[in-house]
Amino acid sequence: MTTILKPKPGMAVRGPRAEGPSAWMVVPALVFFLTFAVVPLLGVVFLSFTNWNGLGAITWAGLESWRTALTDSVTLNALVVTVKIMVYSLVVQVPISLLLGVFTAGNQRYRALLAVLYFVPLLLSSAAVAIAFKALLDPNFGMGPGLGIPALAQNWLGSEDLVLFVVIFVIAWQFVPFHTLIYQGGVRQIPASFYEAAQIDGAGRVQQFIHITLPQLKYTIITSSTLMVLGSLAYFDLIFILTAGGPGYATRLLPLHMYLTGFRANDMGAASALGVILVVIGLVLALALQRIGGKSRSSSQLEGA
Amino acid sequence: MTMRTTKTLTATASALALALGLAACGSSGPADPAADSSSPTMWALTGSSEDIFRSSVERWNEENPDASINQEFFANDAYKTKVRTAIGAGEGPSFIYGWGGGVLKSYVDAGHVEELDDFLAENPEIKDRYIPSVFENGVIDGTTYALPNNNMQPVVLYYNKQVFEQIGAEPPETWDELMALVPKFNDAGIAPFALAGQSKWPNLMWLSYLVDRIGGPEVFQAILDGEEDAWSDPAVIEALTKIQDLVDAGGFVNGFSSIAADAGADSALLYTDRAAMMVHGGWVYQNLKNDAPEFVESGEVGFVPFPAVEGGAGDPANVVGNPANMWSLSSTASDEQKEVAFEYLKDGLFSEEYTQAMIDSGAVPAVNGIEDQLAASDDKDFVEFVYGLAQDAPSFQLSWDQALSPAQGDAMLANLDQIFIGKITPEQFAENMNATLGK
Repeated sequence: MTTILKPKPGMAVRGPRAEGPSAWMVVPALVFFLTFAVVPLLGVVFLSFTNWNGLGAITWAGLESWRTALTDSVTLNALVVTVKIMVYSLVVQVPISLLLGVFTAGNQRYRALLAVLYFVPLLLSSAAVAIAFKALLDPNFGMGPGLGIPALAQNWLGSEDLVLFVVIFVIAWQFVPFHTLIYQGGVRQIPASFYEAAQIDGAGRVQQFIHITLPQLKYTIITSSTLMVLGSLAYFDLIFILTAGGPGYATRLLPLHMYLTGFRANDMGAASALGVILVVIGLVLALALQRIGGKSRSSSQLEGA
Repeated sequence: MTMRTTKTLTATASALALALGLAACGSSGPADPAADSSSPTMWALTGSSEDIFRSSVERWNEENPDASINQEFFANDAYKTKVRTAIGAGEGPSFIYGWGGGVLKSYVDAGHVEELDDFLAENPEIKDRYIPSVFENGVIDGTTYALPNNNMQPVVLYYNKQVFEQIGAEPPETWDELMALVPKFNDAGIAPFALAGQSKWPNLMWLSYLVDRIGGPEVFQAILDGEEDAWSDPAVIEALTKIQDLVDAGGFVNGFSSIAADAGADSALLYTDRAAMMVHGGWVYQNLKNDAPEFVESGEVGFVPFPAVEGGAGDPANVVGNPANMWSLSSTASDEQKEVAFEYLKDGLFSEEYTQAMIDSGAVPAVNGIEDQLAASDDKDFVEFVYGLAQDAPSFQLSWDQALSPAQGDAMLANLDQIFIGKITPEQFAENMNATLGK
């Protein structure tokens, strides 16, 4: 999250002749950023070299917490779970929200109505979503017996083979509307003249989608994927309430592992080391995704429109 | 230039003001308008004893308008995290609700709870009202830091009499009898045991009882003392093997690891005749009275001690569970708050109405001299059973997750979860847990 808040360094070093607002205007944002992002982050880095159970005195521990955090098999497993959730979420959410976005971008009345309905899950808090799904997925009193469909009465949250997909489904259910909205906006920005020209050239709907819509949505896809990837580093509330990381360690992803280490096992040192790892991974991923987008991000795609 | 500096200053000042405002939001919670900030605060749990705590404080506040108490309730799992963070930040309540054990010890070590020895010496009648084995739970290294505030909660085996009649069975007294019942109930299409595996801690009741029955209380004491390889004790391995045997034999309801205890879905299986038995804490009886009164009133709910294990070294009269919950006093409370708090511990806690209300709710308060009241109770069978169980128990072991340090408790619950789903072997469990000894 921190990367998003960071003000562009170029703003502060504008030459005296540069036009635009004064560089002083960055001060409020900078103060916020320093107070709420940089200072806590430095605190976390400091804590990662100490021993602290949250109550007593903070004692210097050197690299012990880092050794614990990096060699622990649970941490490794948490990393694998995080990557799985990240990749599966992308694979599931991008196509669905892209297609829904293109669909709802049309101007027909019924599509506008559907767009509003699709939007509803986003209005619910993650905690409410998790509690509702937990109740629905109960094998004895949930939707399976309720609807009289035995196939729905599975060991959804208790089987290691199923639980990851349940989690990915619930995440998708909650966040697809948001990404649909981004794609809808992206599609509406594409000038109609492109499609008119393509129609004259004899391109069908599918060809229009592949040769015009998709390339024009390149940056929208990057934006939405960045949010998905960085979001999966921050998925916490939903999974915490839905599975609490279980069964065993099957859905204990990195942010949850950090929380449980810090606030259940009360090992703030190791939890801080995990926090720092999380920040580093987030920064690297955000940078990598920016790179994929190319350097000329501001260049227009609308030439010739 | 002057103009510009002023603007900048204003902007900076307002940003700071905003930041301070936000920070201030974090520290003030909802407060009872009747009680002012000098009143002691009390955090307690929702659920079985909630009404008793609430009416006790309401009565207290009515009788002592100038010494009122400000009370708040929290859900179990959330409370455990919240109270620790609050205490660490010096924002904890005056009355700290706890379980004794490792968590209380960590508060004591950090100097966050008040010593009660002087107070108890001045008021000897307070100590005398408690059952000694339960009172001992609030004593750390010879000093008392907590006083029991509710009922004894031994873990027992609940069963549904109607489904037992249906297949003509008797509740199990030994582990072999228990295993023999499993296929019978499965053939009849009834789950032998309900279990809320998703909440993890209900799994622990099985492990702690089996280890105690097989190896006696010494096995867990060695773990508690951090002796090397204490988790590799043959009794632990045998207990874990027995658990996996029971899981493999279909002893637990299908999908048990998807069932959460906080919604009461496990007890619901018992009173809807879908499960025959359930091993659970004494508080379940109170919850059953609320959720399924007809099940309790018709006498369909049965209860027996956890079965003995043939050839086991442990006394079958030993009990596992929560001796009682406790009040500790925060050492960061103001003198005024402490004064009121001591008054309440003396006169409000376990007043006549308090004890009676607790018995009426189907619970057994951790106090002496209540035999007559228990005998007059509507829930005579259950309360006398629990009272006898606790009184006669040579050992009343506190729940392991509370007795151990939080770091070990967390690892234990996660590893035990993997035992129940067959992901790891008993030997792997022992190896993983030995690595946490002394943490």
